[in-house]
Amino acid sequence: MSGDTPAPPLALLAELTHRCPLHCPYCSNPLALDRAGAELDTAAWRRVLGEAAALGVLQVHFSGGEPLARRDLVELVGHAARLGLYGNLITSGIGLTASRAAALAAAGLEHVQLSLQDSDDAAGDDIAGRPGAQRDKRDAAALVREAGLALTVNTVLHRRNIERLAAIIDLAVGLGAERLEAAHAQYYGWGLRNRAALLPSRAQLDAATAVVAAARERLAGRLVIDYVLPDYHARRPKACMGGWGRRFLNITPSGNVLPCHAAETLPGLRFPNVGEASLAAIWRDDPAFARFRGTDWMSEPCRSCERREIDWGGCRCQAFALTGDASRADPACHLSPDHDAMALARQEAGESAAEFVYRGYHSGAARRAISPLAGS
Amino acid sequence: MSDSSPVDGGSILRFPPHVKFRFDETRQAWIVLAPERLLLPDDTAVEVLKLVDGGRDVDRIVDALAATFDAPREEIAEDVIPMLQDLVDKQVLRK
Repeated sequence: MSGDTPAPPLALLAELTHRCPLHCPYCSNPLALDRAGAELDTAAWRRVLGEAAALGVLQVHFSGGEPLARRDLVELVGHAARLGLYGNLITSGIGLTASRAAALAAAGLEHVQLSLQDSDDAAGDDIAGRPGAQRDKRDAAALVREAGLALTVNTVLHRRNIERLAAIIDLAVGLGAERLEAAHAQYYGWGLRNRAALLPSRAQLDAATAVVAAARERLAGRLVIDYVLPDYHARRPKACMGGWGRRFLNITPSGNVLPCHAAETLPGLRFPNVGEASLAAIWRDDPAFARFRGTDWMSEPCRSCERREIDWGGCRCQAFALTGDASRADPACHLSPDHDAMALARQEAGESAAEFVYRGYHSGAARRAISPLAGS
Repeated sequence: MSDSSPVDGGSILRFPPHVKFRFDETRQAWIVLAPERLLLPDDTAVEVLKLVDGGRDVDRIVDALAATFDAPREEIAEDVIPMLQDLVDKQVLRK
């Protein structure tokens, strides 16, 4: 497919800020967080949203950090809606007020994804690193519903909350959610740093999968449950981002344009900034976007695999994190020569009583030097 | 909030406010946008969804399709009702 103009992306993840009132140890943000002073301003985001719509993007996910920390959030949501973009807000709910929820709805926001760390308030506050967080989230859910916005509850599953999944599902229904995203923690950045404390056992995973199957049947038509299995217990990799540079754009708070939110963990790739080129030019021409697009970059066992255009070799960031080489097969695949890395991590988690390192600005930069396999 | 009985001929369906069924000029195709979902309905499904307006019941949708495609309405109903049920289960449509 090299040489062809790639099909336009479907979605944009707009990371408006890295500022966040929570400190979850599996945060998908990088270890080195952007400071407020480095963030794109309102005019830049408005221009970028216009470029995204012109390029063919259909959905924009306003995320962070905590996007409510941006004073111009309502303006940006309104601008996206006028461009015909389907607007989704991914939020902790901390800082949402009735007037802000109403303003977001009036501006044309379609949907809110509210993070919920646990069904148990004390455990939820503990993982979020913020006393009272769970109470604020319950209030935020009510505000979202009162504003007439559709609500999804997002819960990251890990070893310390997975056994309460049934209660989490009940709470999501009680909060008025129409959808629950129950996704296992992913092990990049902060998650990789805390992997030994997060990774569930096989028995925990099997029990949770059974809980989901029963709840889906019981709640059909009331609650849609999207359940994402963890790679570390898988035989096959996921089609990460639907393939590198195929469907998805991510823009960091300072304006770097990435094929996925973890892409800056990869060495040897320089990602363009929105100040340097239009999104259309970046999508079409940028070498970092072309680097792992399609199948030409693959080596064996991916290159001749019949699933190469189904899973696209899995995740480049996971391949790098676990093997030190981003162009190898994702070790989640049972055909990968590095598949043992998954078993090693499971064993390490099983033997570990590791404590969390909470997300924050304190020492992120220093932790960039951590070697890929030294997850704990 | 929503009626959980199965879809039948008397069901009246509509798109919830946060689900958008529209034509995309970039791709020259009809699309359905929903939370974290993008559906690309095939030509037949597009014809069905164009008839979902919160007013007509399923029997009248089937009548209209039987006329358009000049096909027996029982056959159409056999295809259309499970498709609509699936979309209701996924909350793309609401009763």
